[in-house]
Amino acid sequence: MSKLSVENVSRQFPAPRGGAPVPALLPVDLTVADNDFLVLLGPSGCGKSTLLRLIAGLDRPTTGRILLDGRPVSAPGPDRGMVFQSYTLFPWLTVADNIAFGLREKGLDEASVKPIISDWLERIGLAGFGNHYPKQLSGGMQQRTAIARALATDPTILLLDEPFGALDNQTRGLMQEMLLSIWEKQKKTVVFVTHDIEEAVFLASRVIVMTARPGRIKAEIAIDLAHPRHYTVKTSSEFSALKARLTEEIRSEALLAAHV
Amino acid sequence: MKPLEPISFGARLALGLLFFVVFVAAWSLATFGGYVSKTFLADPLTMIDEGRILIVRYGFLGDIAITIWRVVGGFVLAAAVAVPLGVLMGAYKPVEALLEPFISFARYLPASAFIPLLILWAGTGELQKLLVIFIGSFFQLVLIIAVTVGGTRRDLVEAALTLGAKDSRILTRVLLPAAGPQIAETLRLVLGWAWTYVIVAELIGSSAGIGHMIIDSQALLATGQIIFGIIVIGIIGLVSDFLFKALNRRLFAWSTL
Repeated sequence: MSKLSVENVSRQFPAPRGGAPVPALLPVDLTVADNDFLVLLGPSGCGKSTLLRLIAGLDRPTTGRILLDGRPVSAPGPDRGMVFQSYTLFPWLTVADNIAFGLREKGLDEASVKPIISDWLERIGLAGFGNHYPKQLSGGMQQRTAIARALATDPTILLLDEPFGALDNQTRGLMQEMLLSIWEKQKKTVVFVTHDIEEAVFLASRVIVMTARPGRIKAEIAIDLAHPRHYTVKTSSEFSALKARLTEEIRSEALLAAHV
Repeated sequence: MKPLEPISFGARLALGLLFFVVFVAAWSLATFGGYVSKTFLADPLTMIDEGRILIVRYGFLGDIAITIWRVVGGFVLAAAVAVPLGVLMGAYKPVEALLEPFISFARYLPASAFIPLLILWAGTGELQKLLVIFIGSFFQLVLIIAVTVGGTRRDLVEAALTLGAKDSRILTRVLLPAAGPQIAETLRLVLGWAWTYVIVAELIGSSAGIGHMIIDSQALLATGQIIFGIIVIGIIGLVSDFLFKALNRRLFAWSTL
C-alpha cells in the first residue's frame, strides 16, 4: 500500500490587487510507497517547495487532496517531520532541547527523552554538543540537528525542503552521506526537494522532475544504484548516465524558467 | 575611525567617562568663570553643598524613596497588564483587530494632560501619581510588545507546528521565548519614559518627591537644589538601566551569543 498519495493537487495564489490568480502548481498526482526516498527535482520557482508545504499541511491545496496512510492531511502534525531550508532551530533552546522539542510536545517523560537525545546526538556526530546553543554551531551542524529534531519523534514520513541548499559543497556532500546512512539503517519514507541534480541522483530511489512555473510533473526516473551507497558512486558510469539524463530533462525547464 | 569597527572595553569606558568630565568642565567654566549669573545657574560646588543640606536637613532621601516607589509602582502595574495584553494582541489577530486602533489612538493622549483630570478623580494622593505613570507607559508597552510578538519568525512557528505543537503551546513554547529578549528591552526603554512622567506628576499637587522639591526650589531660586534633583534622577536612571540590562543579559543569555 502506498504511504502517501497526492491526488489532483494544485495550488493557486491569489493575485495582488485583483488581477488573475497566480498558478504555482498545476494538478499533480503522485504516490509514494513505504520507505521510498523520493526526490522532487526542478528549477527554482517550479512549485516543488509549494508541493512539499502542502504535504506538510503548512498550506492548503486549491484543488485535490493529500492522503497519508489513507487519512486526509488538513493541518501540520508530528506524523510528518520537516526540515526547512532556512535554519529553524529554536535559538533559545540548546541542541539537546531542540532535539527533544517534539518529544516533549508528545508528552514523553524526561526519563524516556534523555536516551533518545543522546542516541540522536551520537548519530549526527554531535555528541558533546548537547548543551550548545544553535548560534554556536556551523550551518552544517545546525541542519544535522534539524534532521535529528524532525526524526526524534519517529514520524511516518520525513519532508526535506532543500535542507543543504545554504551549505558549501564539501559540507553538503558529507550531509548527503549522513542522511543516506540514517535512511539506510532506519528505513523511512522520505520526500526531498532540491534543484541539485547530483544530490537528487545520489540520494533518491526515485526522482520526479518538475517543470518550470507553473509546476507539474514532467518525468519520473527510478534510480537503481545499489545500497549502501558510498560517495565513490558519484564517479561511476551509471551515476554519470543518470545525471546526464536528468540534466537533459531539466535543462529545457531551466531555460524556460530563466526567460520568465 | 573605521565604520562599525569594535573598540576595546577600556577605550569604551574611558570615552564614556570623558564626556562626563567635559560636561562638568564646561559647566564649571561657565559658572566659576562668571559667564553665567549665580541666580540662574549654580556652580558644581554649590550644587553639591546644597544637595548635602537637602539630604541632611530636609530629609531629601525620603523624597527620593517616594519618587522611586511611584515610578516602580506605576510601572509594575502597567507592565503587569500590558505584557499579557500585548502578547495576546501579537499572537491573536482578532484581539489585535479589536484593540490596536484604540490603543494607537490612546498612545497619543499625553499623560501629563491627564493630570488635572486625574486629580479630580483620584485626588492628589499616591493613586493619582501611579495612574499618571500607568497611562504614560501602558499604551506604549502594549503596542511595542504586540508588534514584537507578531513579528516572530514564521519559519520557527512552522517548525513547531510540524513538531506537533498546537495553539496555546505555540504561544508558550515559541512566541513567548522568541519575543522574550525584545520584551525585556522594551520594558527597560519604557521605564526610562516613566521617570519623565513621575516628575511631571509631582510638579503639580504633590507634597513629597523629587519633583515636589524641584518646584519648591524654584520658588526660592535655589538652582543648585534643582540641578541636584535633576542629577539624582539621572543617576538613578543610569543605575536602574544598568541593572535592567544586566538582568536581561542573564535571563536571555542565548540572544547575546
